[in-house]
Amino acid sequence: MAVTALALVRLRNLFAVVMLAGMFSLLAAVLYVVLDAVDVAFTEAAVGAGITTVLLLGTLALTTSEEKAAPRKTLAPLLLVVATGAVLIYGTMDMPRYGDPNAPIHRHVAPYYLERTGPDTGLPNVVTAVLASYRGYDTLGEVAVIFTAAVGVLVLIGRSRRPRKKRQPADKKKAAQ
Amino acid sequence: MIFKAVLRVVSKLLIPPIMLFALYVQFHGDFGPGGGFQAGVIFASAFILYALIFGIDNARKVAPAWATRTLLSLGLVLYAGVGVAGIFLGGSFLDYSVLAEDPVIGQHLGITLIEFGVGATVSGAMITIFFIFAHQDG
Repeated sequence: MAVTALALVRLRNLFAVVMLAGMFSLLAAVLYVVLDAVDVAFTEAAVGAGITTVLLLGTLALTTSEEKAAPRKTLAPLLLVVATGAVLIYGTMDMPRYGDPNAPIHRHVAPYYLERTGPDTGLPNVVTAVLASYRGYDTLGEVAVIFTAAVGVLVLIGRSRRPRKKRQPADKKKAAQ
Repeated sequence: MIFKAVLRVVSKLLIPPIMLFALYVQFHGDFGPGGGFQAGVIFASAFILYALIFGIDNARKVAPAWATRTLLSLGLVLYAGVGVAGIFLGGSFLDYSVLAEDPVIGQHLGITLIEFGVGATVSGAMITIFFIFAHQDG
Protein backbone atom coordinates (compact mmCIF):
# COMPACT_ATOMS: atom_id res chain seq x y z
CA MET A 1 0.00 0.00 0.00
CA ALA A 2 2.84 2.38 0.81
CA VAL A 3 4.42 1.73 -2.60
CA THR A 4 1.09 2.37 -4.33
CA ALA A 5 0.59 5.60 -2.39
CA LEU A 6 4.08 6.86 -3.30
CA ALA A 7 3.51 6.01 -6.96
CA LEU A 8 0.17 7.84 -6.80
CA VAL A 9 1.90 11.00 -5.61
CA ARG A 10 4.71 10.84 -8.16
CA LEU A 11 2.77 9.98 -11.31
CA ARG A 12 1.61 12.72 -13.68
CA ASN A 13 -0.54 10.55 -15.96
CA LEU A 14 -3.99 10.63 -14.38
CA PHE A 15 -5.08 7.43 -16.14
CA ALA A 16 -2.39 5.49 -14.29
CA VAL A 17 -3.27 7.35 -11.10
CA VAL A 18 -6.89 6.20 -11.33
CA MET A 19 -5.82 2.59 -11.86
CA LEU A 20 -3.42 2.78 -8.92
CA ALA A 21 -6.13 4.31 -6.73
CA GLY A 22 -8.30 1.31 -7.55
CA MET A 23 -5.42 -0.98 -6.58
CA PHE A 24 -5.00 0.94 -3.34
CA SER A 25 -8.67 0.37 -2.53
CA LEU A 26 -8.38 -3.31 -3.29
CA LEU A 27 -5.35 -3.60 -1.01
CA ALA A 28 -7.31 -1.79 1.71
CA ALA A 29 -10.13 -4.32 1.21
CA VAL A 30 -7.63 -7.16 1.67
CA LEU A 31 -6.43 -5.48 4.86
CA TYR A 32 -10.02 -5.33 6.16
CA VAL A 33 -10.47 -9.03 5.42
CA VAL A 34 -7.30 -9.76 7.39
CA LEU A 35 -8.77 -7.74 10.28
CA ASP A 36 -12.01 -9.83 10.06
CA ALA A 37 -14.16 -6.86 8.96
CA VAL A 38 -15.77 -8.68 6.05
CA ASP A 39 -18.67 -6.26 5.54
CA VAL A 40 -16.37 -3.24 5.34
CA ALA A 41 -14.04 -5.09 2.99
CA PHE A 42 -16.98 -5.96 0.75
CA THR A 43 -18.03 -2.31 0.56
CA GLU A 44 -14.48 -1.11 -0.02
CA ALA A 45 -13.93 -3.57 -2.86
CA ALA A 46 -17.26 -2.79 -4.54
CA VAL A 47 -17.34 0.98 -4.07
CA GLY A 48 -13.68 1.99 -3.74
CA ALA A 49 -12.11 -0.33 -6.28
CA GLY A 50 -15.09 -0.73 -8.60
CA ILE A 51 -17.49 2.15 -8.96
CA THR A 52 -15.07 4.92 -7.99
CA THR A 53 -12.57 3.81 -10.61
CA VAL A 54 -15.25 3.77 -13.31
CA LEU A 55 -16.57 7.19 -12.29
CA LEU A 56 -13.05 8.68 -12.23
CA LEU A 57 -12.40 7.25 -15.70
CA GLY A 58 -15.65 8.86 -16.85
CA THR A 59 -14.44 12.16 -15.42
CA LEU A 60 -11.13 11.78 -17.24
CA ALA A 61 -13.01 11.26 -20.49
CA LEU A 62 -14.80 14.57 -19.85
CA THR A 63 -11.68 16.51 -18.84
CA THR A 64 -8.04 15.68 -19.52
CA SER A 65 -5.78 12.83 -18.52
CA GLU A 66 -2.59 14.76 -17.84
CA GLU A 67 -1.94 16.58 -14.60
CA LYS A 68 -0.57 20.11 -14.84
CA ALA A 69 2.90 20.54 -13.40
CA ALA A 70 2.66 21.84 -9.85
CA PRO A 71 4.48 25.02 -8.83
CA ARG A 72 7.68 24.22 -6.97
CA LYS A 73 6.61 24.97 -3.43
CA THR A 74 6.60 21.54 -1.89
CA LEU A 75 8.50 21.98 1.40
CA ALA A 76 5.76 23.47 3.61
CA PRO A 77 3.06 20.91 2.62
CA LEU A 78 5.60 18.12 3.14
CA LEU A 79 6.41 19.37 6.63
CA LEU A 80 2.69 19.64 7.44
CA VAL A 81 2.03 16.10 6.23
CA VAL A 82 4.99 14.70 8.18
CA ALA A 83 3.90 16.54 11.33
CA THR A 84 0.30 15.29 11.01
CA GLY A 85 1.51 11.76 10.39
CA ALA A 86 3.78 11.91 13.44
CA VAL A 87 0.90 13.13 15.62
CA LEU A 88 -1.36 10.35 14.33
CA ILE A 89 1.27 7.70 14.98
CA TYR A 90 1.84 9.17 18.45
CA GLY A 91 -1.93 8.88 18.98
CA THR A 92 -1.87 5.16 18.18
CA MET A 93 0.61 4.59 21.04
CA ASP A 94 -2.23 4.91 23.55
CA MET A 95 -4.54 2.56 21.67
CA PRO A 96 -5.25 -0.78 23.30
CA ARG A 97 -3.74 -3.88 21.73
CA TYR A 98 -5.73 -5.24 18.74
CA GLY A 99 -8.42 -7.63 19.98
CA ASP A 100 -7.99 -6.70 23.64
CA PRO A 101 -11.33 -7.62 25.31
CA ASN A 102 -10.91 -4.85 27.91
CA ALA A 103 -10.59 -2.09 25.33
CA PRO A 104 -13.19 0.68 25.83
CA ILE A 105 -14.80 -0.03 22.45
CA HIS A 106 -15.59 -3.59 23.56
CA ARG A 107 -17.06 -2.54 26.89
CA HIS A 108 -19.42 0.27 25.90
CA VAL A 109 -22.40 -0.79 23.74
CA ALA A 110 -20.82 -3.68 21.84
CA PRO A 111 -21.74 -6.34 24.46
CA TYR A 112 -25.35 -5.14 24.40
CA TYR A 113 -25.51 -5.49 20.62
CA LEU A 114 -23.84 -8.89 20.70
CA GLU A 115 -26.18 -10.21 23.39
CA ARG A 116 -29.45 -8.66 22.20
CA THR A 117 -29.14 -9.11 18.40
CA GLY A 118 -30.17 -12.77 18.55
CA PRO A 119 -33.25 -12.37 20.82
CA ASP A 120 -34.30 -8.98 19.36
CA THR A 121 -33.97 -9.51 15.63
CA GLY A 122 -33.20 -13.18 15.08
CA LEU A 123 -30.36 -12.28 12.71
CA PRO A 124 -27.02 -14.07 12.75
CA ASN A 125 -25.19 -11.09 11.19
CA VAL A 126 -24.70 -8.54 13.96
CA VAL A 127 -23.33 -5.94 11.53
CA THR A 128 -26.57 -5.90 9.56
CA ALA A 129 -28.64 -5.71 12.74
CA VAL A 130 -26.66 -2.76 14.07
CA LEU A 131 -26.67 -1.00 10.72
CA ALA A 132 -30.34 -1.43 9.92
CA SER A 133 -32.05 -1.64 13.30
CA TYR A 134 -30.13 -0.19 16.24
CA ARG A 135 -28.56 2.56 14.16
CA GLY A 136 -31.44 2.92 11.72
CA TYR A 137 -31.41 6.72 11.88
CA ASP A 138 -27.77 6.86 10.79
CA THR A 139 -28.37 4.56 7.86
CA LEU A 140 -31.38 6.61 6.80
CA GLY A 141 -29.08 9.62 6.83
CA GLU A 142 -26.52 7.78 4.70
CA VAL A 143 -29.16 6.86 2.14
CA ALA A 144 -30.30 10.48 2.08
CA VAL A 145 -26.69 11.54 1.46
CA ILE A 146 -26.38 9.20 -1.53
CA PHE A 147 -29.74 10.40 -2.84
CA THR A 148 -28.63 14.01 -2.46
CA ALA A 149 -25.35 13.27 -4.25
CA ALA A 150 -27.16 11.80 -7.24
CA VAL A 151 -29.63 14.69 -7.33
CA GLY A 152 -26.73 17.14 -7.09
CA VAL A 153 -24.98 15.55 -10.07
CA LEU A 154 -28.26 15.59 -11.98
CA VAL A 155 -28.83 19.26 -11.31
CA LEU A 156 -25.23 20.35 -11.94
CA ILE A 157 -24.29 18.55 -15.16
CA GLY A 158 -27.28 16.42 -16.08
CA ARG A 159 -29.10 19.12 -18.01
CA SER A 160 -26.43 20.45 -20.34
CA ARG A 161 -27.89 18.68 -23.40
CA ARG A 162 -31.32 20.24 -22.97
CA PRO A 163 -32.54 22.75 -25.57
CA ARG A 164 -31.29 26.20 -24.61
CA LYS A 165 -33.76 28.99 -25.07
CA LYS A 166 -33.88 31.48 -22.26
CA ARG A 167 -30.63 30.42 -20.65
CA GLN A 168 -28.16 32.01 -23.07
CA PRO A 169 -26.44 34.37 -20.59
CA ALA A 170 -25.83 31.56 -18.12
CA ASP A 171 -24.42 29.36 -20.86
CA LYS A 172 -22.08 32.09 -22.01
CA LYS A 173 -20.78 32.42 -18.49
CA LYS A 174 -20.19 28.68 -18.42
CA ALA A 175 -18.29 28.82 -21.68
CA ALA A 176 -16.14 31.69 -20.38
CA GLN A 177 -15.02 29.61 -17.45
CA MET B 1 -16.11 -1.17 -28.41
CA ILE B 2 -18.89 -2.57 -30.57
CA PHE B 3 -16.55 -4.81 -32.57
CA LYS B 4 -14.78 -6.60 -29.71
CA ALA B 5 -16.37 -10.03 -30.03
CA VAL B 6 -14.69 -11.54 -26.96
CA LEU B 7 -15.70 -8.68 -24.70
CA ARG B 8 -19.28 -8.80 -25.95
CA VAL B 9 -19.67 -12.54 -25.45
CA VAL B 10 -17.99 -12.59 -22.06
CA SER B 11 -19.98 -9.63 -20.77
CA LYS B 12 -23.21 -11.19 -22.01
CA LEU B 13 -22.28 -14.30 -20.04
CA LEU B 14 -21.30 -12.31 -16.96
CA ILE B 15 -24.15 -9.81 -16.63
CA PRO B 16 -26.87 -12.27 -15.49
CA PRO B 17 -24.68 -13.83 -12.77
CA ILE B 18 -23.65 -10.34 -11.61
CA MET B 19 -27.29 -9.30 -11.18
CA LEU B 20 -28.14 -12.60 -9.52
CA PHE B 21 -25.20 -12.16 -7.16
CA ALA B 22 -26.41 -8.66 -6.34
CA LEU B 23 -29.82 -10.02 -5.39
CA TYR B 24 -28.14 -12.76 -3.33
CA VAL B 25 -26.06 -10.15 -1.49
CA GLN B 26 -29.21 -8.06 -1.02
CA PHE B 27 -31.40 -10.72 0.53
CA HIS B 28 -28.72 -12.78 2.19
CA GLY B 29 -27.23 -9.77 3.95
CA ASP B 30 -29.06 -10.72 7.14
CA PHE B 31 -27.14 -13.96 7.36
CA GLY B 32 -23.78 -13.37 5.73
CA PRO B 33 -21.68 -10.37 4.85
CA GLY B 34 -23.37 -7.89 2.57
CA GLY B 35 -26.48 -5.78 2.50
CA GLY B 36 -28.16 -3.00 0.60
CA PHE B 37 -25.10 -0.83 -0.04
CA GLN B 38 -22.98 -3.57 -1.56
CA ALA B 39 -25.89 -5.10 -3.45
CA GLY B 40 -26.84 -1.75 -4.95
CA VAL B 41 -23.32 -1.16 -6.18
CA ILE B 42 -23.02 -4.65 -7.68
CA PHE B 43 -26.40 -4.30 -9.36
CA ALA B 44 -25.38 -0.95 -10.82
CA SER B 45 -22.07 -2.41 -12.01
CA ALA B 46 -24.00 -4.83 -14.24
CA PHE B 47 -25.60 -1.86 -16.02
CA ILE B 48 -22.29 -0.01 -16.17
CA LEU B 49 -20.59 -3.04 -17.73
CA TYR B 50 -23.37 -3.23 -20.31
CA ALA B 51 -23.00 0.47 -21.06
CA LEU B 52 -19.21 0.16 -21.43
CA ILE B 53 -19.41 -2.74 -23.89
CA PHE B 54 -22.56 -2.02 -25.88
CA GLY B 55 -22.58 1.76 -25.75
CA ILE B 56 -24.44 4.27 -23.65
CA ASP B 57 -27.38 4.62 -26.02
CA ASN B 58 -28.20 0.92 -25.89
CA ALA B 59 -27.86 0.93 -22.12
CA ARG B 60 -30.21 3.91 -21.95
CA LYS B 61 -32.82 1.81 -23.72
CA VAL B 62 -32.49 -0.88 -21.05
CA ALA B 63 -32.50 1.57 -18.13
CA PRO B 64 -34.19 4.81 -19.22
CA ALA B 65 -33.72 7.98 -17.22
CA TRP B 66 -37.17 7.91 -15.64
CA ALA B 67 -36.61 4.33 -14.43
CA THR B 68 -33.30 5.03 -12.70
CA ARG B 69 -34.61 8.26 -11.19
CA THR B 70 -37.70 6.48 -9.90
CA LEU B 71 -35.52 3.74 -8.44
CA LEU B 72 -33.33 6.40 -6.83
CA SER B 73 -36.24 8.13 -5.11
CA LEU B 74 -38.25 4.99 -4.38
CA GLY B 75 -35.50 3.56 -2.17
CA LEU B 76 -35.41 6.59 0.12
CA VAL B 77 -39.22 6.76 0.22
CA LEU B 78 -39.39 3.06 1.11
CA TYR B 79 -36.86 3.50 3.90
CA ALA B 80 -38.57 6.55 5.38
CA GLY B 81 -41.97 4.94 4.78
CA VAL B 82 -41.03 1.95 6.92
CA GLY B 83 -40.06 4.43 9.63
CA VAL B 84 -43.37 6.30 9.37
CA ALA B 85 -45.28 3.01 9.29
CA GLY B 86 -43.71 2.29 12.66
CA ILE B 87 -45.24 5.50 14.03
CA PHE B 88 -48.70 4.68 12.68
CA LEU B 89 -48.58 1.19 14.14
CA GLY B 90 -47.96 2.57 17.59
CA GLY B 91 -44.19 2.52 17.87
CA SER B 92 -41.55 5.18 17.39
CA PHE B 93 -39.90 6.22 14.11
CA LEU B 94 -37.95 3.30 12.58
CA ASP B 95 -39.16 0.93 15.29
CA TYR B 96 -39.63 -2.34 13.39
CA SER B 97 -40.94 -4.37 16.33
CA VAL B 98 -44.51 -3.20 15.75
CA LEU B 99 -44.58 -4.14 12.05
CA ALA B 100 -45.71 -7.70 12.80
CA GLU B 101 -47.39 -9.60 15.64
CA ASP B 102 -44.10 -10.99 16.82
CA PRO B 103 -41.43 -8.32 17.47
CA VAL B 104 -38.66 -10.56 16.11
CA ILE B 105 -40.51 -11.12 12.83
CA GLY B 106 -41.27 -7.39 12.73
CA GLN B 107 -37.59 -6.58 13.11
CA HIS B 108 -36.73 -9.04 10.39
CA LEU B 109 -39.36 -7.61 8.05
CA GLY B 110 -38.28 -4.03 8.74
CA ILE B 111 -34.61 -4.79 8.16
CA THR B 112 -35.34 -6.61 4.90
CA LEU B 113 -37.49 -3.72 3.67
CA ILE B 114 -35.07 -0.95 4.55
CA GLU B 115 -32.13 -2.92 3.12
CA PHE B 116 -34.13 -3.14 -0.08
CA GLY B 117 -34.66 0.61 0.05
CA VAL B 118 -30.94 1.15 0.55
CA GLY B 119 -30.14 -1.12 -2.38
CA ALA B 120 -32.63 0.63 -4.67
CA THR B 121 -31.32 4.10 -3.84
CA VAL B 122 -27.67 3.12 -4.13
CA SER B 123 -28.07 1.34 -7.46
CA GLY B 124 -30.27 4.13 -8.82
CA ALA B 125 -27.74 6.74 -7.74
CA MET B 126 -24.76 4.87 -9.20
CA ILE B 127 -26.45 4.23 -12.56
CA THR B 128 -27.67 7.84 -12.77
CA ILE B 129 -24.29 9.33 -11.93
CA PHE B 130 -22.47 7.03 -14.35
CA PHE B 131 -24.83 7.77 -17.23
CA ILE B 132 -24.59 11.50 -16.63
CA PHE B 133 -20.80 11.36 -16.56
CA ALA B 134 -20.63 9.11 -19.59
CA HIS B 135 -23.11 10.90 -21.79
CA GLN B 136 -23.89 14.26 -20.19
CA ASP B 137 -27.54 13.28 -20.37
CA GLY B 138 -29.35 12.21 -17.24
